[in-house]
Amino acid sequence: MKFTLSWLKEHFDTVASLDEIVDKLTMIGLEVERVEDKAKEFEAFKVAQIITAEQHPNADRLRVCTVDNGTGTPLQIVCGAPNARAGLKTVLGLPGTYIPAKDITLAVGKIRGVESQGMMISGAEIGFSSDSDGIIELPADAPIGKPFAEVLGLNEPVIEINLTPNRSDCTSVNGIARDLGATLIGDYKENAPKRIAGTFPCPVKVTLDFGATHPLCPAFGLRLVRGVKNGPSPDWLQKRLTAIGLRPINALVDITNYITFDRGRPLHVFDAKKVKGNLTVRRAVNGETLKALDGKTYTLDAAMCVIADEKGVESLAGIMGGEESGCDENTIDVLIESALWDAVNIAQTGRKLGINTDARYRFERGVDPNFMIPGLDLATQMVIDLCGGEASEAVIAGDPTPKETIIDFPLSELPRLAGVKLSPVEIRRTLERLGFFAAGSGERIKVAVPSWRPDVHGRADIVEELVRIVGVDKVPSTPFPSGPDARKPVLTPIQVRTRKAKRALAARGLTEAVTWSFVSKREAELFGGGKPELALANPIAAELSDMRPSLLASLILSAQRNADRGYADVALFEVGQIFKGDKPEDQFTAASGVRRGLAKADGIGRHWSSAPKPVDVFDAKADAFAVLAAAGAPMQALQVVPGGPVWFHPGRSGTIQIGPQNILGHFGEMHPRILAALKADGPLAGFEVILENLPAAKAKPTRAKPLLELAAFQPVERDFAFVVESKVKAADIARAAQNVDKKLIVGVTVFDVYEGTGIEPGKKSVAIAVTIQPREKTMTDQEIDALAAKIVTEVGKRTGGALRG
Amino acid sequence: MSDIAKLETELLSAVGAAKDEAALEAVRVSALGKSGLVSALLKTLGAMTPDERKAKGPAINGLKERITTEIAARKDALGMAALDARLASETVDVTLPTRETPAELGRVHPISQVIDELTAIFADMGFAVAEGPDIETDDYNFTKLNFPEGHPAREMHDTFYFPPKPDGSRLLLRTHTSPVQVRTMLTQKPPIRVIIPGRTYRSDSDQTHTPMFHQVEGLVIDKTSHLGHLKWILEEFCKAFFEVDSVNMRFRPSFFPFTEPSMEVDIQCRRDKGEIRFGEGTDWLEILGCGMVHPNVLRNCGLDPDEYQGFAWGMGIDRIAMLKYGINDLRAFFEADVRWLSHYGFRPLDFPTLAGGLSA
Repeated sequence: MKFTLSWLKEHFDTVASLDEIVDKLTMIGLEVERVEDKAKEFEAFKVAQIITAEQHPNADRLRVCTVDNGTGTPLQIVCGAPNARAGLKTVLGLPGTYIPAKDITLAVGKIRGVESQGMMISGAEIGFSSDSDGIIELPADAPIGKPFAEVLGLNEPVIEINLTPNRSDCTSVNGIARDLGATLIGDYKENAPKRIAGTFPCPVKVTLDFGATHPLCPAFGLRLVRGVKNGPSPDWLQKRLTAIGLRPINALVDITNYITFDRGRPLHVFDAKKVKGNLTVRRAVNGETLKALDGKTYTLDAAMCVIADEKGVESLAGIMGGEESGCDENTIDVLIESALWDAVNIAQTGRKLGINTDARYRFERGVDPNFMIPGLDLATQMVIDLCGGEASEAVIAGDPTPKETIIDFPLSELPRLAGVKLSPVEIRRTLERLGFFAAGSGERIKVAVPSWRPDVHGRADIVEELVRIVGVDKVPSTPFPSGPDARKPVLTPIQVRTRKAKRALAARGLTEAVTWSFVSKREAELFGGGKPELALANPIAAELSDMRPSLLASLILSAQRNADRGYADVALFEVGQIFKGDKPEDQFTAASGVRRGLAKADGIGRHWSSAPKPVDVFDAKADAFAVLAAAGAPMQALQVVPGGPVWFHPGRSGTIQIGPQNILGHFGEMHPRILAALKADGPLAGFEVILENLPAAKAKPTRAKPLLELAAFQPVERDFAFVVESKVKAADIARAAQNVDKKLIVGVTVFDVYEGTGIEPGKKSVAIAVTIQPREKTMTDQEIDALAAKIVTEVGKRTGGALRG
Repeated sequence: MSDIAKLETELLSAVGAAKDEAALEAVRVSALGKSGLVSALLKTLGAMTPDERKAKGPAINGLKERITTEIAARKDALGMAALDARLASETVDVTLPTRETPAELGRVHPISQVIDELTAIFADMGFAVAEGPDIETDDYNFTKLNFPEGHPAREMHDTFYFPPKPDGSRLLLRTHTSPVQVRTMLTQKPPIRVIIPGRTYRSDSDQTHTPMFHQVEGLVIDKTSHLGHLKWILEEFCKAFFEVDSVNMRFRPSFFPFTEPSMEVDIQCRRDKGEIRFGEGTDWLEILGCGMVHPNVLRNCGLDPDEYQGFAWGMGIDRIAMLKYGINDLRAFFEADVRWLSHYGFRPLDFPTLAGGLSA
């Protein structure tokens, strides 16, 4: 919403300065987005006239112009605008002029070999308007050499308010003045329009015809003014419209635009000669079309409301009129429409057809129903004043009278909700200056809401009005006691796991990325996703179309992008949401990471201390286990099963589970086909752990750790090397050894795996160290040997392994 | 010179000449071994008369002692020299670089760090952390929050939708964290104090908007909390978060469908070469939106607005991270560029605490 200071002062009597007014507007909730002073901003750009325009010798699209800028010496300027023609008054920028919108400074230059001593300018080039089709065209009487903005009457500050959608009353200068008036920095001037009776009956009748359907037009007012002379509107009106960025058209149209902004009352004018018979306000028939004032033809449907005559649709109700019945210089009799429309319907229609107009903007927020008839009178008066003519009586179909809202307001609501007390006098005065009517005295009053405030429904709204006008500054800051639960932990188990997982992974040298929750359909499909219910209906881009089923796709792509920038050895992780379905319980928290190139856990990149080793499945496994340990998984209970989802290398991946029903995660080297599909290259290893799948920790009554039992006897370590088939799993050998005596054997570690010379092909040697912890007494050599023999037998039985000779 | 003195001179010179422990051992054997020269002399004592023994005994014993001592001293010296030589041979180039500690290399994203900071501050004020799903219903994201069907306020949110279900309903990506307010109120009995951090989505993308961003909001519902408390909490929060002693805040009335009254909050600051300093200067910077929970929202969540009341606020996590840590491009948050992450990220052990300082 834009307006000029002088326009505001027509409705507001004040001695306050522009700065005070701007501050106050912001502090009562009418946030001033900016105050623009076009005269100042475009001071350097002056009126000039093209004297001649000749074809450029070396370029088809360019013209070489001589331009009079009032200095007596014509300038030679090369111009590419299609409208650069001899005689045109336009806008000139001289060398040395800085254009803030473009951050460039104009200079004398040669364009295709011809010197150009300045630049003729389009609206878009200097940020004056969005017009980039050609250079600005000024009226023929524009004085050469004067700043063009001044010539256009843009010589006062324009205030632009960022209006919140609830304040339909402030879509008008009048409404803004009324709101400001409540603050006591000035007085609102209520310029109530004079009633106009009319001297003859309106010849056009209006019918509201919605049959059995929901009516979309509560009321409709119409009046004929006959014998008008339409032409350019007076200077003051044109300047006012130009200042806020509207293009003056003709007096009749300008009047409707003016009242739209001045009073928030959109109107429409029909050329009465072009309207056939009476008007019907009805739903459109499916497929009916209208060529609207913007020159476009719209196809309508029965959800839309139109105004039709006997020929057909003449206007799209509350949004835009039709071209056919529009007013021009030849209009002699004009029909003025002032109506009320269903706000939701206007919004829907506007959205469906993609039409944004000042009328739609107001009707969809809600206009003052009580101003429908005064608005019609005001328009009539302006038409008579500016174009002459004689007004008919008004035709009113339907009933504009709104339902009155009365709020029972205990004064205690203000301290209860806002923590501030105001005197009853101040409360009443504030409300009344806003146009509310307060009745009753004492601690409970009745407040009648004015018809222009459809946003006010209840007590909280009244509290808001009061706080808004007296200022939130008046509300004392009140200490908030931290409450009885202040020292309790506040995080849920998942939140604790999430933050621990992040720190654990970062501590292993991985860098946390935050990537989009959506990936492309193809990426989703590669990682087991791509369900139709997880594809956005309106994605912002094709590569961000589907909710991600895994974090790995984005992490792999991110690693590759870093590699492409010259950072080949990257280790990235993310802890975030993945989606297996569209229900809340289908959303999981995954902790995933990838390592690429030489980004090993014990050091990233090449180092003099060891030969470079690319990342492999065991780096990913170690990361996965680090996350699980940090997040509190029962590490003893975890099983690793070879193989994983199809995006991993089938022989170099594993699944971490507690039984086949509870899979906690996967790790492995990425499948080359997946890498190829993602246009990434390896070596690349990754993992994914689902934090929800960790079993809940058992609730314990105290925080005490289990009693420490220190064995009285020294542990004994025995090494065994078994030769087994290559496919035998080390974990099975270790488990077989462990199971021989769960009490005495407290640890089994694999310390060597060997294939090659000395070992039969197809076999390998796996060496384990078994730690034996004597319990009741020191064990004799015979006892230890006996246990060792059992281990050899058991491993042999379980895995076919024989002690290496 | 007596024979003993001569022998002593010879032996001492042999000890001194021994170049290594083996040579020294040879000298020792030649002198003190079973058939060594000194041992031979000692053996002669047995055959001597008492007088002879009295005269020669001390000399021979003295010789033995001195030679023994000298050999031990020489042995120490040789051992030391041998050790020195070995150590010298073991010299390495200590200027060779060591591997960087993984904990020094790894980074936590600024968003995670800021969420941890927020949690520390609000946990201290008695707030729990609530969360909810990213895929929401229209009812929770809009209707229950008092965005009426067809209301223009819905258009302020550029919503991502999923395909319509057979019944015509459509799920969406939450446009704000506020549906979690609804979920919290529907499942918990007041008093409620929660903060809700999370991902939010709007189909908007330019220099300052990304289709996904992070919000945190706070919700307090009880029977007494009012606007004055809200102001206090936000002031305390801003001081704690930006780690300044005082901060000037401006509460501007505004509009959100789910609060009434509604306000936007600006903080005073000074912009200094890309850095923003709070608690000084004359600029105002918008930082958050807040207000008293709208009676319709309370009602929609099964609470009687005449009995219960409370407030809510919301702000962009990415935005406050940018403000605090001087980050100037929002889009870079989601580009996973390790150069950016290493620079703006946090070391894993730098865990924010109120006791130790949030960013100390």
